Amino acid sequence: MADIHKLAQMFKELDDQLVGCMRCGMCQAVCPIFKLSGKETDVTRGKLALLDGLASEMLTDPEGVNEKLNRCLLCGTCQANCPSGVSVMDIFLKARAIMTGYFGLSPAKKAIFRGLLKNPKLFNALTEMGAKFQGVFTKKVDDMLGSSCARFNAPVIGDRHFNTLASKPFRKIVPELDTPAGSSGLRVAFYVGCVFDKIYPQVAEAILKVLKHHGVGVFMPAGQACCGIPALSSGDTDTFDSLVGINVDQFRKGEFDYLVTGCASCTSTIKELWPHMYKGDTSRTYDIGVMARKTMDISQFLVDILKVEPKELTGGQSVTYHDPCHLKNSMGITAQPRAIIKAAGCDLKEMTDAGTCCGCGGSFNIAHYELSKEIGGRKADNIIASKAKVAATSCPACMLQITDMLSQKGADMSVKHVIELYADSL
Amino acid sequence: MTKEAIIKEFENIAGAENVMTGETDRHAYSYDAAVLDSVMPALVVRPQTSEALGAITKLCNDNGLPLTVRGAGTNLSGGTIPHPGGVVVLTNGLNRILEINEEDMYAVVEPGVVTAQFAAEVAKRGLFYPPDPGSQAVSTLGGNVAENAGGLRGLKYGVTKDYVMGMDFWDVNGELVKSGSRTVKCVTGYNLAGLMVASEGTLGVFDKIILKLVPPAQAAKSMMAVFPSMKAASETVASIIANKIVPATLEMMDNFTIRTVENFRGAGLPVDAAALLLIEVDGHPAQVEDEAAVVERICKENGATELKVAKDAAERDAVWQARRDALPALANLKPTCVLEDATVPRSKIPAMIEALEEIAKKLDLTIGTFGHAGDGNLHPTILTDKRDKAEWERVEKGIDMIFDKALSMGGTLSGEHGIGLAKSKYMAQETSKATLAYARRMKSVLDPKGILNPDKIIGAE
Ligand SMILES: Cc1cc2nc3c(=O)[nH]c(=O)nc-3n(C[C@H](O)[C@H](O)[C@H](O)COP(=O)(O)OP(=O)(O)OC[C@H]3O[C@@H](n4cnc5c(N)ncnc54)[C@H](O)[C@@H]3O)c2cc1C
Ligand code: SF4
Ligand code: SF4
Ligand code: SF4
Repeated sequence: MADIHKLAQMFKELDDQLVGCMRCGMCQAVCPIFKLSGKETDVTRGKLALLDGLASEMLTDPEGVNEKLNRCLLCGTCQANCPSGVSVMDIFLKARAIMTGYFGLSPAKKAIFRGLLKNPKLFNALTEMGAKFQGVFTKKVDDMLGSSCARFNAPVIGDRHFNTLASKPFRKIVPELDTPAGSSGLRVAFYVGCVFDKIYPQVAEAILKVLKHHGVGVFMPAGQACCGIPALSSGDTDTFDSLVGINVDQFRKGEFDYLVTGCASCTSTIKELWPHMYKGDTSRTYDIGVMARKTMDISQFLVDILKVEPKELTGGQSVTYHDPCHLKNSMGITAQPRAIIKAAGCDLKEMTDAGTCCGCGGSFNIAHYELSKEIGGRKADNIIASKAKVAATSCPACMLQITDMLSQKGADMSVKHVIELYADSL
Repeated sequence: MTKEAIIKEFENIAGAENVMTGETDRHAYSYDAAVLDSVMPALVVRPQTSEALGAITKLCNDNGLPLTVRGAGTNLSGGTIPHPGGVVVLTNGLNRILEINEEDMYAVVEPGVVTAQFAAEVAKRGLFYPPDPGSQAVSTLGGNVAENAGGLRGLKYGVTKDYVMGMDFWDVNGELVKSGSRTVKCVTGYNLAGLMVASEGTLGVFDKIILKLVPPAQAAKSMMAVFPSMKAASETVASIIANKIVPATLEMMDNFTIRTVENFRGAGLPVDAAALLLIEVDGHPAQVEDEAAVVERICKENGATELKVAKDAAERDAVWQARRDALPALANLKPTCVLEDATVPRSKIPAMIEALEEIAKKLDLTIGTFGHAGDGNLHPTILTDKRDKAEWERVEKGIDMIFDKALSMGGTLSGEHGIGLAKSKYMAQETSKATLAYARRMKSVLDPKGILNPDKIIGAE
């Protein structure tokens, strides 16, 4: 382990970014964690002050700082609302990488990231096996939500109500695709993302159905890996680099006008973090830039490019929409998914605080389930209060979290991706 | 008592989960929004009941521990930077609105209630709480009272002190002192609640606060006027008031700020304009029409080259967005942003602006100025990088010069941001030696051990 002076030196690199925070405290108004705890260490200003304290060697407890740094959803709400324009997400991700470099990766994360994610074949094989045996360990809770819970006392699962692994992953249903542009004259690359592949293949299928309907050609290479955000948010930049590498090498084999995904987190990761955080082989830099520029959320593509328009209300089913942080805060996409819900003929019923985080935050949900549950519980209350029949969103991670929360509250409704609603209407 | 024993006492009073002694927690309460060096407290405690707040105050006094109350920590004068080795008491666990009385138009709140949340609850009941500091989304009512915070509506509706009807506060011995009442009129005893306003935590620890509410205006009209010189703009301000019109809001921006805001948002502000006035009149619909017409005429008579009246809510919002953007836009330019608060009589605004320009030129500093023209409260904002030692020395000199100037014009050190640590050294200059001595004598009797937010306002002796 390096000494603390060295650590301080590493944090000094963030100095130019850290000084941008004028300590106005306005982030207290928007941070979901601060809303719960009221603790300054849980809000951006406090976290930035801690990093600054490490950099200036005023603090002697990097472990304590690391622990506080990890109590964060990386939802980006603070950054989107910071009057001083501080690049909070960038600072936090870099800080996590420095911390991981200093403390090393936990054995569990090492096994998951370096052993599994980095090795998509093994990851796929294991989850397939998991899908076969999961019935032994889990029992159904709610058929409409498709949620289950642990049959036995299982530490990681706890009392979560989760969506089980799909019996047949998406890559087994459609291994790869390379179809020419149809009536639209456009061809898109489709990046699936691991949650759709393993848990929600029906959403990936809906995306293909919609693209076909609109005469859009699809390039979908086999051998896609995770986008890398779980590794990056744990500070594991090595795994991140190699995942970006695997993906870029697959995608640069084909030609396409846009790259679409149905996962808000994947979209923002490819668009913003790949070009910015990738430190691997520079021969990929150009393609990473091109892919990033071409990347779009599926609703954004349908509305902005294909000009899909909302329908006049036809008395369809009532739907409420949750804005995933990674679409709203980092890309400002809020109108297009709503337009797609209306294009599907649904009756959009806005919930209170549609734009606040659902509390999932990737591995935050695992490390801080109680906090995650409290934030998600409020989201679920707002969803239920909207009196809609369907809770729709644009991110599979949000779908998992919202399903867990609604299921635990015994809500009588289903959780869908907006694209499923649209595909059903075609 | 040993340190461990004292910590145990705090835990007995507030619950172990509400007492923080770790390095990271203490570091996170070592600063506020002022550009000053941070100071670590020895302990941070977050009481959940008013009894606990009182007991904590007594415990601190019994042990001679310096005590700094902290609301949201957004003050701009170092008011919540703790004394070395002292205790920080957080009020955000005391955030209940205890009563909103529609009939008698008042509310009773705990000190940690967030200003904007309170205003929204009041509005839901068809009433209005006017004080709206720029930080209202996070600032607390206790902090507002302790700083006598003001906002955009200060000109017509006054500032926080105009809404404090009464208060319960804890004295250093942990005894509850009551002052004021729920009645509009009350002259029972000394106006101790009034004494607490702007006391910045140096005289007592606020518990429940009784706040006045008013009926909301039925209509409002906003406009933006463009001027070829600061002089023309400030003469317009004087003329509007001379015509017996008191706008709800009357804000000013200088050319540097206009350009910066335009770069920031691109909302189509006139970048060539020397000055902008943003004006809102409100009240009865007929009166609003009348007053808007007069304001329009006055602006034109004083040489406004352009006048835009907002036609609907969206346009009205665009006018105020420009004003809300002023600080963030300036803050984006440079790492450090020193937001000053010099206030002069309205008629002196042009002279003050001129002086600010001179100071900027002389010391080679970047200063953008905007502010509440209607009440003479200017916010010259110095943009710098604190790490640049040479420049920072010039900034400190510039601040001295700004206050010298403001005071020489019959102005004041602070229109709304408070004195805290940042400006205590100028206190005698604005008031008098005797004033400072009087304040110190009063403080020494009320707080003999000097534990209540030491060094703030009246400085270290
Ligand atoms: C972006 C920004 C914009 C701002 N705009 C304005 C503005 O328009 N107008 C304006 O007036 N100010 C403004 N301010 C300054 C600041 O927000 C106000 O002074 C506000 O009232 C502080 O409230 P707070 O809850 O953050 O108090 P804090 O900063 O936590 O405390 C302020 C002082 O009050 C004392 N205090 C707090 N609670 C108690 C209590 N219960 N008992 C005794 N003492 C107590 C503290 O000890 C301290 O001395 C702004 C600040 C920022 C960062
Ligand atoms: S809002 Fe931005 S500048 Fe203000 S304290 Fe938070 S991070 Fe810092
Ligand atoms: S990213 Fe989200 S959770 Fe993290 S500090 Fe910002 S607002 Fe809070
Ligand atoms: S963002 Fe989430 S769902 Fe998308 S690929 Fe990465 S891990 Fe998988």
